[in-house]
Parts: sequence; structure tokens; C-alpha cells
Amino acid sequence: MLPELGLLALILAMLLAVLLGTLPLIGAQRGNDAWMATARPLALSQVVFIGIAYGILTHAFIVHDFSVAYVANNSNSLLPLVYQYTAVWGAHEGSLLLWVFILSLWIAAVAIFSKALPRIVVARVLAVMGWVSLGFLAFLIFTSNPFARLLPAAIEGGDMNPLLQDIGMIAHPPLLYTGYVGFAVAFAFAIAALLDGKVDAQWVRWSRPWTNVAWAFLTIGIALGSFWAYYELGWGGWWFWDPVENASFMPWLVGLALLHSQAVTEKRGSFRSWTLLLAIAAFSLSLLGTFLVRSGVLTSVHAFASDPARGMFILTFLAVVIGGSLLLFAFRAPTSDKGLPFVAASRETLLLANNLLLTGAAAMILLGTLYPLIAEALDLGKISVGPPYFGLLFTLLMAPLVLLVPFGPLTRWQREEPSKPIRMLVPWAALALVAGAIAFFGLANSSWKTAAAFIAGLWLTLGTLRFVWQRFVVGKGRFTAEMVGMCLAHFGLAVFFFGVLMTESMSQERDVAAKPGQSFELQGYNFRFDGVKGVPGPNYQADRGTVVVTRNGEMVATMEPEKRAYASGGSVMTEADIRGSLKGDLYVALGEPLGPDGSWALRLYVKPFIRWIWLGALLMAIGGFVVVLDKRFRRPVTGE
Amino acid sequence: MNPTRKRRMIFALVLLAAAGVAGTFIVLALQENLTYLHTPSDVRAGSVPTDARFRLGGVVCEGSVRRTDGSLLVQFAVTDRIRQVPVRYEGILPDMFREGTSIIATGRLEGNEFAASEVLAKHDETYMPREVAQAMAKGIAMHTKSCGKN
Repeated sequence: MLPELGLLALILAMLLAVLLGTLPLIGAQRGNDAWMATARPLALSQVVFIGIAYGILTHAFIVHDFSVAYVANNSNSLLPLVYQYTAVWGAHEGSLLLWVFILSLWIAAVAIFSKALPRIVVARVLAVMGWVSLGFLAFLIFTSNPFARLLPAAIEGGDMNPLLQDIGMIAHPPLLYTGYVGFAVAFAFAIAALLDGKVDAQWVRWSRPWTNVAWAFLTIGIALGSFWAYYELGWGGWWFWDPVENASFMPWLVGLALLHSQAVTEKRGSFRSWTLLLAIAAFSLSLLGTFLVRSGVLTSVHAFASDPARGMFILTFLAVVIGGSLLLFAFRAPTSDKGLPFVAASRETLLLANNLLLTGAAAMILLGTLYPLIAEALDLGKISVGPPYFGLLFTLLMAPLVLLVPFGPLTRWQREEPSKPIRMLVPWAALALVAGAIAFFGLANSSWKTAAAFIAGLWLTLGTLRFVWQRFVVGKGRFTAEMVGMCLAHFGLAVFFFGVLMTESMSQERDVAAKPGQSFELQGYNFRFDGVKGVPGPNYQADRGTVVVTRNGEMVATMEPEKRAYASGGSVMTEADIRGSLKGDLYVALGEPLGPDGSWALRLYVKPFIRWIWLGALLMAIGGFVVVLDKRFRRPVTGE
Repeated sequence: MNPTRKRRMIFALVLLAAAGVAGTFIVLALQENLTYLHTPSDVRAGSVPTDARFRLGGVVCEGSVRRTDGSLLVQFAVTDRIRQVPVRYEGILPDMFREGTSIIATGRLEGNEFAASEVLAKHDETYMPREVAQAMAKGIAMHTKSCGKN
């Protein structure tokens, strides 16, 4: 009975979405206050109904209702309780329900926190978001009903995908979706501004905090996904340029460009059309990402199952969203795109360069991700694009970005004497270069990447500190939350690049055939393999190896990597054991048994500074959140 | 030309040049890193590059996996149920690697043998790479257990 109520709640939510998409819009067009005022209550009641549906599906997991097909396929009675909650988004239907739920939460948040905005703007923004949620609710109900019954009911469920039975996986999808879906708010503001026809800097100020929050969530979501891949997939990499990773990375890059371009538009009035386009692009890329992941057109670890009907639906939805908004843009885009004038040597130009590099990187990734699909459509053969393509081009595009970042904050709007910021930064650049040279010649097994790690890390850190110092002296210590956030994010960038380049250049990886008692040397660490024994787990049987790590005769760690065979489905999972610290990680994973003498294949990795990658991402995300606290975004709208 | 227009012209030209250089780079990098997927039948038909890396897709032939004690060397045959190709690989095989499951190996031909530098198997046991499934469907039905001629 309950599952049917869940479906009913979803259908009611869809009807509410239809009303939300039309009533306030008509009201805004006719200037009818009463119709516009329906937007808030409609948005808030929609979140209630979707929340009920979500609660019912969770309940079905907790009580092991295997008459619901989705529950039967993705859970069983042995599954630990915490995973019964997270199994809700363990596969396609449930994760889509989570997506829709988060979208409705964003809509409700806009409805609640936009009381200071003109009523007509709120009406239009919420209506646009109503259309978006209508699209996804229709997708959910017509192609991916999570409440579909299984007749006769299964006695025991399948199992949750063992890869997903993990702490990192609990938070990754919700955070990622919060970011993805959050770009719908910036998109809705952009469309509302276009509908209004008054495309000035005002809409940008209203939408900036939302963009920042969405981008910050996306940052954490991607970082968690990367961290999860690192310790759960069992091969010690943190980024694979996998199509699905790319799918989340493209909106991230465009969202980052949007953050910076919104800052220009809000403060100087320039880049108006560009900001609108970026807002549309960021959301479109989020939708494209959904399409790539959910349709199964791409071969990837994330593609659960391919279903052409789902693919067609999202593709159509994508075409409507992109086509519709670009058409609207063509008719309504600001024709007099004039902000305050600026010359070549100005902060505007630097931010323009930032935008070109970031969108260029996104375009490059888009090409590499879609190229296999295009080639297949044109019958050019089955092709895959190797990671070196992405790695090389991304490095080429990010190098100038890293070079320019410290100049941005130190360069004035509109017009700047180029020698001034250069003079401020030259000593710090020199210092970074010297440190790079020392690292290159001083550290064992260093490469150009080691030098680059120190140069990029120090250049970004010192350049940003130089700006902080400048504010203390010239600005008499006046810091807005926006500046603090920016500095944090730029420090995060420094930490991130340092981590990436150090890990890339200093890591040592060895795959070995190990007899019990045998030892291996890696970067001064001694790994002794002490054999493997069988250990039972709640819903699996594990082989647990013991590896004792010492350094100069001193005990460092006893590591116990596992190989788990799950009871249902016959999946085998590698559980690597990782000892992590800021200085670096020790990583041991079991391969397979190699013979009757107790030999096993072992992966032994030493990965210096790899945690800095995720730490950097975290700093960037915190920076994004801090910017939102800026008082400017809470000032009443009439001043402008 | 007035100064404003001149500045704009220069800006446009610089932008165009930058886009051109970037475009060339992208195309070059893309071509450099494309790897094609081939089936064992393709290999036997001689339609695969002999000097370049490619991906070999198919099913691990039943009863073909041989290990060398005390090392990570493993040899097996990959088949599309029409023809088979021997593969050698030195390293740790993925969790889902088993006889009868589908894999994609990346590497190059060395004589008669395919020397793999990477072997991927899918984590979902019902999963078969779409490319491989299509290639196999071209041949005979998938329910045969024969691995075909070498």
C-alpha cells in the first residue's frame, strides 16, 4: 500500500510542478499579484510531497519490502543498517528520486531566502525551476518508477552494489547532486532576466550566492568521488578522466568561469551576455552529464545499465532546455552590452583570460568525452580517447591560469599600470622559482613536475599573501567576506596543485608476487608480507592479508588489506588498506593468490602528499561558501 | 582606422591566432591518443595495426588462464567465439577477471601474441562492454562455449 502512496505523492508533485511552471509566469506577464503569489506556497508544498515519496522509499528499504522491484534489486536482509538508508540512491531510480528531492529543496530554499527580491522576479525564477522539476519528475515517473512492484515478491533481495557499500559513497551522490542541481538556480535567474527583458547587473547580484553555494557543493562532491575511487577501486589512482568524471568536471569548470564572470557583471556591468550564456551552459552541462551517466551511451564504471528510452528522454529534455534558452537568448540578449569601459591592462581582461582558459578546458574535455560517440555515429570505428590527451591539454591550459591568478586581485578594475602588480609580485615569483630549483636538485627522484609543484604552490600562496598584505596596508585591514573567500579558494588551488604534482612525480608503485615472509623496499619503507587468512564479514567472506611496514628498523604500521567475496551476486571486492598522513600515504592492496605456497599478488604504493589534493578542493569549497556571507548580498535591492 | 577600431582588430586577430593554435594542439593531441577497439577476428584478419597500441575486446577463453609461479606473469586467450588471440600480461588482474567474462585489454601485438599493459573487466557481472557484445553478435550466437581457432 505504502509504495503506491509514494507514487501518488510523486504524481501530485508533478501536478504541482505544472502549476508552479504556469501560474506565477502568467501572473508575472499580466502583472497579477495574486497569481504571482502562488509561487511560494506551490514550491513549498512540492517539497513536502517529494519528501513523502522519498521517505516511503527509504521505509521500504528499512522494512525489507522486497515486493518493490527497486528494493529487491538493490538491498538484502543482511545489509548493514546504515547502508539500507544509503541504498536508496544506490542505483538509477532511487538516485533520480534523490536528484528530484534535492531540486525541490533548492526550489524551496529560493522561495524562503528570496523575500527581499521583487515579487515578479521570484515568480519568474520559481516558475522556471518548476519547469525543470516537471521535466525530471516526468522522467522519474514515466521511465524510472522506483515504486514499481515485483510480482511475486522476492523472498530475498539481490544486494547493493558492493562498490557502493562504503562510507565515502554515503555522502558523494547527495553532495554531487546538490552541486549539479544548484546550477539550476543560476539558470533560472538567467532565464527570468531574459523573460523580463531587463538584463542588467541586478539579477547577477541575486544569483551570485546561489552559484557559489552550488559550485562549492559540486567541488566537495567531486572531491569525495575522487577520494572514494582512490581507496575503494583498489588501484590507487585519484582521477581517471573517465567519461562520468568528465561529466561532473565540465559543469564544475564552467561554473567556476561563471563565478568569476558574475563578479565582473555585478561590479562593472561588463560581460552581460557572456554571463547569461555561462549560466545556461553550466546547467546544460549538468543535464548533459546526467544524460551521459544515465543513458548508458558511454562505457564506464558508473553506467549501471543502458536503457535507450531513458537516454532519449534526457536527450529530448536537453534539446528543449538548450534550444529553448538559446532561442530566448537570441531574441532577448542585451543589445547594448556596455558596462563600464576598460582597457587591456585591467582586472576585467585578466578575468576574461580566466574565463577563456576555463571554458577552453571544458570544451576540450567535452570534445574528448563525446569524440567516441561522434566517431561511432559516423562509423569511424570504436575509439577511446586516452587519458594523456586530457592530461596534456589540461596542463597546457592550467599553466597560464596558475601564472595569472595572483595578478587578478592586485590589478585594478578598468585601468592599471601594468608595471605595478608586476613589481609587487616579481620577488615572490623569484622566490618560488628558487624553491622549485632547490626541490629539483635537492630531492631524491625528482622530476620537472616536482619543481613545478613547488613553483606553482608557492607562487599561488605567496601571490595571494601579497594581496592580503596589500589589503592590510592600503585597505587598512578592511576585508570583506568576498575577499576572504577568494583568498581561501586561491590558497586551496595552491594546495591542490602542489598535491597533484607531488603525487604525480614522487609516487612509487610496485606490483609484486609475494611469498609469506618476503620483504620489499619502497622509498625507504620496508614492506613485509606475512601471509593471508580467511575472515568472515556480515555479508561477505574475506581473505585478509597482513603486511608489516617498517622504516629504518622502526615499526610504522601493520596493514591488513582484504579481498571480499560478497555472498549474493558473487562480486569480489578489493579493500585496500591505507595509512594516510599529510606527508603521504602508504597503500597496500591484495591482488590474487598465486599458487599453493601462499603467495599473493600485492600492490604496494607510496604516495607522497596525495591528501593535499582533496584538502585543496576542500579549501576551495570553503572559499565558495564564505563568499556567500558577504554583506553585499544581503543589502536591500532598492539601493542600486 | 581610428585607435578603438585598430585595438579591436588586433584583439580579434590575437584571439583568432590563439584559437587556431589551440585547435591544432587539440586535434594533434586527440589523434595521438586515440586507441581503437578490435576483436580477435579483426586481429586474425590482419586488419589491426602491427606497430600501434590498440584495445582488444572479448571473452577470456575457458581453461586458457596459465600463471607462472613466483611472478605476476599470466597468459590467457581472448575470444569472440569465432577466433582467439593469446594474451600475455604482467601485473594484477582486476577483481572481476574470470574465465568466461568479458574484458578489454590495452596493448600491442608482439608476433602472434598480444602484450597487454592494462586489463579491464567490468565490475558488474552481467555487464559486457557494448562494443564487444556488438562484435560478438556479428559472429555466431553467444551461447557457444567454443573459443574458435587460434
